[in-house]
Amino acid sequence: MSFITRGFSGRSRERDDRLPPGQTLVHDFPVLSAGPTPEIDTAEWEFTIRTESGVHRWNWDEFMSLKIDEVDTDIHCVTHWSKLGTRWRGVSLDTLFEDVETQLDYVMAHSYGGYTTNVPLDELLDGKAWVAFEFDGEPLDPEHGGPARLLVPHLYFWKSAKWVRGLEMMDQDEPGFWEQNGYHLHGDPWKEERYW
Amino acid sequence: MQHVDGNAIAGPLAEFFAFDVTTSVARCSGCGAMAELARAMVYTSPAGSVLRCASCDQVLATLVESDDRAWIGFSGVSAIEVRRG
Amino acid sequence: MSDATATAATGAPAAPVASVPRAGWHVGTVVAVQRETPSAARIELDVATWPGNAAGQHLDVRLTAPDGYTATRSYSIASSGPSARVVLAVDKLPDGEVSPFLVDELRAGDQLEVRGPLGAFFVWRPATDAAAAASGARARPVQLIAGGSGVVPLYAMARAHHDARDLTPFRMLYSARTPDDVYFADELVALEASDAFRLDLVYTRRAPEGWPSPAGRITREALASAALPADEWPLVYVCGSTGFVERVASWLIELGHDARDIRTERFGGL
Repeated sequence: MSFITRGFSGRSRERDDRLPPGQTLVHDFPVLSAGPTPEIDTAEWEFTIRTESGVHRWNWDEFMSLKIDEVDTDIHCVTHWSKLGTRWRGVSLDTLFEDVETQLDYVMAHSYGGYTTNVPLDELLDGKAWVAFEFDGEPLDPEHGGPARLLVPHLYFWKSAKWVRGLEMMDQDEPGFWEQNGYHLHGDPWKEERYW
Repeated sequence: MQHVDGNAIAGPLAEFFAFDVTTSVARCSGCGAMAELARAMVYTSPAGSVLRCASCDQVLATLVESDDRAWIGFSGVSAIEVRRG
Repeated sequence: MSDATATAATGAPAAPVASVPRAGWHVGTVVAVQRETPSAARIELDVATWPGNAAGQHLDVRLTAPDGYTATRSYSIASSGPSARVVLAVDKLPDGEVSPFLVDELRAGDQLEVRGPLGAFFVWRPATDAAAAASGARARPVQLIAGGSGVVPLYAMARAHHDARDLTPFRMLYSARTPDDVYFADELVALEASDAFRLDLVYTRRAPEGWPSPAGRITREALASAALPADEWPLVYVCGSTGFVERVASWLIELGHDARDIRTERFGGL
């Protein structure tokens, strides 16, 4: 018989049909970090896409002049919490890739502070991913990845790299930071692709 | 997010090592600093623990735990001293 | 002799690995829960299988809900030695999941799962005559520096020092919010009866009537005047919130202490 602590129930673990398996609903926004929170001034911020033929760059002003989407989506963290109906503003990866020519199929996202995560390119296009700079009507807090983070809501949230600074095209799928250290290469919450 | 000391993850590491590995001196493969893992900076979250070199901030080691498995990575350590006895 | 000196100079732990009991999971029975401060409880556990612990070590408490959900947190141990009686002092974090349960819900007779003893780095051991004779090294004075609930493992060290009748000079600089927030207040006063132990209290929010210095955060100057100077070659143990430990540790370096002589235990938070 396993041990039960008398009187302990823990934080309420709310289930909901809209949640992937093994997830519970939260109303706050937990902060998960693998390192110190980088402080990045938008004056110094830049975003790049690096392909086999060169580098595409946007500074903050250029970035803000692109077409901006309003995104209303659910997010799912591999640590078993989900948030429903989160509201973001950001630039679609479709917009960012409009003038980018590449034959390569895989992407490594790089962040200020050194974090990396891998995503196949076709999982970032067709309205599936954004570089978001606003959450719930406010500029994105540095704790949550501000000034800008990747937002790939159909995958576990570690794929939505905080403090994103660029995407590097790769010819094969290579593991990023957490993917090298135990987490799933792909990370679909509906298939519970949590670990290797 | 605030970090703690390597000492703080002695508990989870005790599940996988027969001795207290936080007392072992590890060499950072980035800057060459040698210090007990207990002196490393640890960023802990439900996703896992990340040990960083207190001298240069490089990731030294990671610990990820699921219900039935664990992954221990020493990606930024060139060697760990283990004392006999 | 030269080997012993070299070991001491690098600040490496003197005790061999084998002297640390292997950590494991244990089931303890709560003997008593009492108020320690307005926000903290002292919890006394009887852990029949406990292998004993060194002063400064911690343990993990695991709480399990009926549906199998678990929450695990680390707590410093206020007691030391071979005894199966393990004392914790737990500060209640307002948004916490585990500490409010331990402080408000737990009662005598309850059972608790604990893993330990843990952390053989942040420990202090009394010098035994045999060890001292073998090494030829003089025992080093100790400066303890506590912020808030960070006093718990440092109290264990001061108590172990007292119980061993160790005459190595021991000092504690303890930053507490108000006089009501002082952990182990009576015990610390009792320890002060010994010439080998000195307590310096700094109050950050409210000092007692007639206290020589006004309430306020510990400063570099206060640290410099209260702490053992670097030329007395003390071992320094610092424990408290991450912000407190960062500030104190950087001042200690500025005051000439070798980083290897400073051992820290950060509790997180600001």
